Amino acid sequence: MVKSDFGYNSKVEGEVIVTRADAVVNWVRSNSVWPMPMGLACCAIELMAAGGSRFDISRFGMEVMRFSPRQADCMIVAGTVTYKMAEVVRRIYDQMAEPKWVVAMGACASTGGMYRSYATLQGVDNIVPVDIYISGCPPRPEALLDGMMLLQEKIRQEGGSLRRTFRGRTVETKIVS
Amino acid sequence: MDAAALTSRFPATQDLAGKDMPTFRVAGTDLLAVVSALRDEQGFDLLADLCGLELQGRPVRFGVVIHLLSTTHKEYVRLHVDAVNDRVPSVSALHPGANWHEREAFDMFGIVFEGHPDPRRILMWDSYPYHPLRKDFPLAGIEVPFPAADVAEVTGQKVEPAPMMGGPFVSHGGKLSEGEPSALDQSWTEEKPKA
Repeated sequence: MVKSDFGYNSKVEGEVIVTRADAVVNWVRSNSVWPMPMGLACCAIELMAAGGSRFDISRFGMEVMRFSPRQADCMIVAGTVTYKMAEVVRRIYDQMAEPKWVVAMGACASTGGMYRSYATLQGVDNIVPVDIYISGCPPRPEALLDGMMLLQEKIRQEGGSLRRTFRGRTVETKIVS
Repeated sequence: MDAAALTSRFPATQDLAGKDMPTFRVAGTDLLAVVSALRDEQGFDLLADLCGLELQGRPVRFGVVIHLLSTTHKEYVRLHVDAVNDRVPSVSALHPGANWHEREAFDMFGIVFEGHPDPRRILMWDSYPYHPLRKDFPLAGIEVPFPAADVAEVTGQKVEPAPMMGGPFVSHGGKLSEGEPSALDQSWTEEKPKA
């Protein structure tokens, strides 16, 4: 949580903490990111390593990998997205409940990478709005962790509504509480 | 491997004197009989590979190469079949393992395998109109509609030719080049030309 988001002085306020609803909601969301591993190629191996004990993604509060889009709020696209698979990626993204974020892991998911070919979608941002791009081919698990922590930083700075632009249109998600 | 028995029984079969393994050019009309004779009489009981190929400069544009392995004699044999009118009989009734290989050869080259039990594409989606491994197909691809109409409507995405960025990337012939394979046209890079 950003320091200025809440003020607490135990001498003045006793047991009461004053803050903003956005800050609390964002704090909760950013520390319980449930990723959906969209493993499509070798990046998925590094994604698995990030979940293992050496790198241990759970230190940062996002270890609950869910293979069902309905139970996840962050899709990690790890690997080459072919045009045939792009349809599936988009449908799984559509099935995820709002609020949701997308991480493009590695060169292929970000831009098509070395696959300048008839079969490969040139970047998953052509079909879903991407929040974080991670470079590398494949990225080291540390790079993934760094990207996920950047995503947490981004979530903490979001306003009361999730406003994002995708292909010139604004998509807005309201917080219902 | 009894080559004489094969060529005498099937006169259209030509021994190509392969350097690494016995190699034969088989007529498409003979293919099923040859493969089943090799399987039942000479012990070639495993289909190791089946692939399509395009040969430029020959009267028949496409062909199919089949590698058979004998698990008893530890021996390979290679069969080459010309796809006359882009058609070859399917061997998947004799070797079920040929099923997906033939689907791939159909997908990539457009070779039709007559008698195939499930003649669909296997790599590209069903409505894709081209056969991408043909020599006249550009590596970057050709614009076609996105496979799913509803996703295309939401995203405005099409199947577009990939930006080749000065490619395709080639290594210079002759001696081993010191650099990595690079594009002939390097104008897209940010690197400043060396003085």
